[in-house]
Amino acid sequence: MNEPLDGAGPTPDATLRRTASPTFRLLASPIGRLAVITVLIFVALALLAPSRFVSVGNLTSMAFQFPEFALLSLAMMLAMLTGGIDLSVVGIANLSAILAGLALHAAGPEASAGTATLAIGAAIVVSLAVGAVCGVINGLTIGRFALPPILATLGSGLIYTGLGVAITGGSAVLGFPAAFAIIGNGSLGIVPVPLILFAVAAVGVAFLLGRTAYGIRIELLGTNPLASRFAGIDDFMVTVKTYVLSGMLAALAGLVVMSRANSAKADYGSSYMLLSILICVLGGINPNGGFGKVSGLVLAVLSLQFLSSGLNMLQVSNFAREFIWGGLLLIVMVVNTFELVRHRR
Amino acid sequence: MPDVPAPFIVLDHLVKTFAGVKALTDVGFSIAPGEVVCLAGENGSGKSTLIKILAGAQAPDDGTITIDGRVHHRLGPRAAVAAGIQVIFQDFSLFPNLTVAENIAFSTSLAAGSRWVRRGRMREIAAAALARVGVTIDLDTPVEKLAVADKQLVAISRALVSDARLIIMDEPTSALTEREVRALIAIIRRLKGDGVAVLFVSHKLAEIFEVCEKIVVLRNGRKVIEAPAAEFDPATLAFHMTGRRFEPAPPTPGSTDAPPILEAAHLTRAGQLDDVGFTLHAGEVLGITGLLGSGRTQLAKALFGLTPIDSGTIRICGRDIAIRSPRAAIAAGIGYVPEDRLTEGLFLAQSIGRNIAVGRLDAHAGFAGILDRPAYATEIDQWLERLRIAAPDAATPVQSLSGGNQQRVVLARWLATNPKILILNGPTVGVDVGSKSDIHAIVAGLAAAGMGLIVISDDVPEILAVSHRILVMKAGRIVDTFAGGAIGEADLARRLAS
Amino acid sequence: MPGTSRPSLLARIDFGRNETLLVLVILAFSAVTALVAPSFLSLPTLFDLLRNSIVMGIFAIGVLLVLISGGIDVSFTGIAVFSLYTTTLILTRLGVPVPWWAAFLLSIAIGTALGLVNALFIAGFGLPTLIVTLGTLSVIRGVLLTFVGSTLISNLPVGLKEFARLVMIRGTTAEGYFFSLPWAFAALVGVVAVTWVLLQYTTLGRSIFAIGGSPESARRIGIPVRAVQTFVYAYVGALAGLAGIIHASLARVANPFDLVGLEMSVIAAVVLGGARLAGGYGTITGTLLGVVLIVLVNTSLILLGIPSTWQMVVIGALILVGTGVPAWQARRTALRAG
Repeated sequence: MNEPLDGAGPTPDATLRRTASPTFRLLASPIGRLAVITVLIFVALALLAPSRFVSVGNLTSMAFQFPEFALLSLAMMLAMLTGGIDLSVVGIANLSAILAGLALHAAGPEASAGTATLAIGAAIVVSLAVGAVCGVINGLTIGRFALPPILATLGSGLIYTGLGVAITGGSAVLGFPAAFAIIGNGSLGIVPVPLILFAVAAVGVAFLLGRTAYGIRIELLGTNPLASRFAGIDDFMVTVKTYVLSGMLAALAGLVVMSRANSAKADYGSSYMLLSILICVLGGINPNGGFGKVSGLVLAVLSLQFLSSGLNMLQVSNFAREFIWGGLLLIVMVVNTFELVRHRR
Repeated sequence: MPDVPAPFIVLDHLVKTFAGVKALTDVGFSIAPGEVVCLAGENGSGKSTLIKILAGAQAPDDGTITIDGRVHHRLGPRAAVAAGIQVIFQDFSLFPNLTVAENIAFSTSLAAGSRWVRRGRMREIAAAALARVGVTIDLDTPVEKLAVADKQLVAISRALVSDARLIIMDEPTSALTEREVRALIAIIRRLKGDGVAVLFVSHKLAEIFEVCEKIVVLRNGRKVIEAPAAEFDPATLAFHMTGRRFEPAPPTPGSTDAPPILEAAHLTRAGQLDDVGFTLHAGEVLGITGLLGSGRTQLAKALFGLTPIDSGTIRICGRDIAIRSPRAAIAAGIGYVPEDRLTEGLFLAQSIGRNIAVGRLDAHAGFAGILDRPAYATEIDQWLERLRIAAPDAATPVQSLSGGNQQRVVLARWLATNPKILILNGPTVGVDVGSKSDIHAIVAGLAAAGMGLIVISDDVPEILAVSHRILVMKAGRIVDTFAGGAIGEADLARRLAS
Repeated sequence: MPGTSRPSLLARIDFGRNETLLVLVILAFSAVTALVAPSFLSLPTLFDLLRNSIVMGIFAIGVLLVLISGGIDVSFTGIAVFSLYTTTLILTRLGVPVPWWAAFLLSIAIGTALGLVNALFIAGFGLPTLIVTLGTLSVIRGVLLTFVGSTLISNLPVGLKEFARLVMIRGTTAEGYFFSLPWAFAALVGVVAVTWVLLQYTTLGRSIFAIGGSPESARRIGIPVRAVQTFVYAYVGALAGLAGIIHASLARVANPFDLVGLEMSVIAAVVLGGARLAGGYGTITGTLLGVVLIVLVNTSLILLGIPSTWQMVVIGALILVGTGVPAWQARRTALRAG
C-alpha cells in the first residue's frame, strides 16, 4: 500500500515542522496559515479604509452579522466530521424559525412582559425541539436506512423547506413581542448577544470534539465507518446524536436570523448553504470526514466576514458576492490539494 | 539446463525515490519466456514499487527496461500491455458493476483502440480466455456477484487475453484457500508450457518453492540475491528476506485442564453456520482452520456480535450471554482482531494513540464523557512500549507504520480492554516474517497468562505453530478436532482440501 | 434465472428492479389522480406531460452520465441559464436574423465550455464533485447576473421564435380541447438515442461505467480516466446548453433567474431511476421513468387538490423513500451475507 512510506519514520512535513523557524512553522500548519491570512485581510481593509472599517460601528455590525452563518457552519462541520454533509441546515433553520415564529405570533407584538417572556421561552424550546427532530430524521435515514448523506439531506432539506412553504403559504411570519429582538439585536455590555451565542456554541463544540469520548468517536467514525463497527463504536447512535446536534445548531441560527429580521420565512438565507460549506472547506474541515478543528472554522468565519464587510464598503451586489464566494471555494480547494500532494510526496 | 532462451525482459539499474526515501536502488534481473520467477521480500522491500514500474503506473527515476531487445526508459499502462505485460493486482482490479465477459475483454478493446463495443466478439474472447484457464463461469454475471476465487480466475483470464507474455501476480494466494492455490499452481504450469513467463510476488515461503524456478529477493529496495530456487531452503530464504536468522517456532505445550471460559453450543445462522459447538479453556489457544467460505470468519463474526446468530447459546465463564452487537461482545470480555487490517482493523489516517485507545474511551471518560487526558496518554504510551511498536510518537498516523507494527496496534487496542477471550482472524496476513514470529510469541504469552485465544487462519504452518487444539471447519460445520501436535502439516493440509 | 417450467407473466416480473417499481408507482399515481379528477385521462394531459418532460429529460440524461461516472453535478441549471441568456443577448445585440439551429449551436458551445470548467477542477485537480459544482454554480450565476445581465429579454431573436412554432403533432379532442407537441421533443428523443448508443456501444461509454465501478482499476488497465471525466462534464455542459435554449424558446422569454433550483428535482428523478450516487450504475429507461414520475407529481398535485406549495415536500419524500428503500434492502442483504 504505502510502501515508500514504510519505515520512513515521521512524514517529511513533521520533520520540517520540528526543525524550521517559528515563522515557517506557523505557515506550515493550515490553521497558522489561515490565521495569517485572516490578519492580513483585516490589516489590508484597515489600511484601505481606516475610518470606515475599524470604526466601532463597523466592528459591532460585523459582530452582529456573522454569528448566524457561523452557527450554520458549525452545524455543517459536525456532519462533515462524520464523513457526511448536511444540505438541510438552511431548511432546518427556516422551518424551526417558522414554527417558533408561529408560537411567538400567538403572543403578538403588544403582549405584556410576562406573556412575552413566556412566549419567547416557548419559542426557543419549539425551535430547538424542531431542530432536534429534523436531526433525528436525518440521523435515522443515514444511520439506519443507509442513505448516502448527500441524498438523505437533499431530500430532507426539500421536505423541511417545503413544509415551511406549505405552512406559511410562502409568506413571512411577522409580529413578534419586542423583547424577542434581544436574541439577534441585543447586547450584553458592548458584546452582541448573537456573538455570545456563537461563542458558547463554538466553545461547546470544540470541547466536545477535543475532550470527550463522543468527540473522538465522531472523528473515528468519519475516518472509517467499517473499522468503527469492528472497534465496537455504536455508529448508529453517534450518527444520530451528531445530526441532532447539527439540527439544533441550525435551529439556533434560525432563531438569530428570525430575531434580526423580525420575521421568519421559508426562503431566508438560501445562500448560506454554500457559504457554510465554503467556511468548512476554508477552515480545513476535511469533506471526506474525520478531520477538522473549530479554531479553523472560526478563523474562516472571521476572514469571510472581513471580506464581506469590505465588499459592502465597495457596494458590491449580492450577485457578485455569490460569484466571489463560489470562486473562493474553488481556489481554496485547489490550494488545499497542492498542500496534500506536497504532504504525500 | 537446455540452451538458454533469449530473455523476454531485462531490468537494469532501476532506481525510484519517494520524498528522498529510496524505494528501489539499482535493481536489475531478467526473465526468460516461459520462466517462473519469484520476487520475494518483506513488506516495504520495494516489491510493489517494482510492480508499479512494470505495469507502467510509475516511471523509474533511472535505469532501463528492455523488452525483446527494445530499450524503454519508462512504460505507460498501455505500453506495458502492448509489450505483453499483464499485472494481476492483489485486489484483482476488476469492475464490480460490469459482467465477466466485459471485465475480461475490456483491456483488449482498449489496447486495440476500437471505438465501438462488439459484444459478440467480447464474449468470444472471454470464453476463450476462461477455457484456456480451464474453468467455466457465466459470462453475463456481474463480477460483484462472484466468489473471491472466481474473481481471481476472471483476473487471470483477463491477463491472458491480450497475448500476455509476462504475467505478474501480486500476492495471488492471499485470498485463496489451499485447494484454490493448487489450482492456481496448475494454471501457472500450463502458462509456462505456452511460453508465458510469470513473475510471482509473494512472501509465503512454501508456495515460492513449489512454483518458481528462480528467486529474486529484495530487501530495503535492493536486490540481495538472485539464484535458482533449488539453491534455497526455507531458512536461507527467510534469512535473505529479513537479514536475520530464525529459530523454528518452539513446540507448544499440551492443553491445560483450566476451567472453560467460552462454551458455544448449536450456533446456527442460515446458510453460514450449522450447529457449531466447541469449548475454549482459559490459557488455551484454539486454532480454527477451514477454506474460504467454510464459515471460519462467520463464526468469528457471530461470536463478536457483528452478524448475530439465529439460534444456539454462548456461555462465557459459565453464564449464558446474548451477543447481538460488538459492544455486547466487548462487554462480555471478547476482543476481535479482524481479517482485513486496513479496512476493518484500523483508522489509517488517525493517530496511533486513537487507534489504540478507541476500545478504552469509556474507561477514561468521567463526568459527561469528559476524558481524563493524562491517564489516557499514559496508557497509550505503556502499550507502545509493551508491544514494542516502532513509532516516533503516539500522534503519528497509523498509516505510516509497517504491516507488522500496524497489527501490533490492533493487538494493543484489544489487550488494553483486558479481554478474557481474544479472537484473531488471519493474524499475520500481510505481515513480514520477522513480525510474524513476534506475533506468534505474543499469542503464546497471552495464553500463558491465562487468556483464551482463538486463532483463525488457513496458513497451516501457523495454525500448527500456535494451537493447543485445532478445529477444522467445512460448510459451516466443525468436521474435525485435533490435539495440537497430533497431526502433521501434510495431513492437516489434506484434511482441509478434501 | 432459468426455470424448469415457463413461469407466469406475473412471476416473470422482477420486482427488485427499479424500473418495475417506478412503472408501478407511476401507474398507481395516475390511477389515483384519474379517480379524483377524471379529466386527467386525456390527450391534452399526456401531451402536457411529454412537453414538460423535454427540458428536465435532457438535464436528467446529463446527470445520469455524471452519476454513472461516480460524480455529481449541481451546476447544470446554472450552465443552462447562462448559455440561454448569453446566447439570446448575443443574438439580440447582433441584430441579424439567425436560424434557430445556429442559436442552438451557440448555446451548446457555451454550455460545453462551462462544462469544461467543471472538468478542469474535477478531472484536472481531482476535487470532490459536489463541492466543485456547488462552487461553479454560484460563480456561473454570479457572473451572469453581475456582468452579463439581470433583466428579462422577452423579445427573443426570430430564429428562436420560429423554433417555438415548429409543432410536431397537433390536434383537438372530441371535447374541443387543443393539444400539441413541439418539435423540441425530437431533441429529447435525439439526446436519448445518442446517449443510449454512447453508453451501450462505445468504448467511451463503457469506460464511463468502468470508472464509476472502480476508478483505480480503470487507471490500471489504461482507461484515460481524466479524459473520460472531462468528456462527461463537457457532455453535461453541452446538454445543459441545449436544454437551456429549448427552455427559453418554449417559454418565449430569456429569464436570467430561471431554472436554477430545478437541479434537486432532476437529481431526484435520476436517482429514483436507479442510478447510484456511488457510481457505476444507472439506466436510461430508469432515468426517463424517474423524470416522468417527477413531472407527473408536479402537474397532478393540483388535480389531486393538494396545494402546489406541497410540491417540494412530496419530491423530498420521494427522494427519501425512493432511494431509502433500495438502500435499506441492500444493507439488509449485506448484513445477511455477513
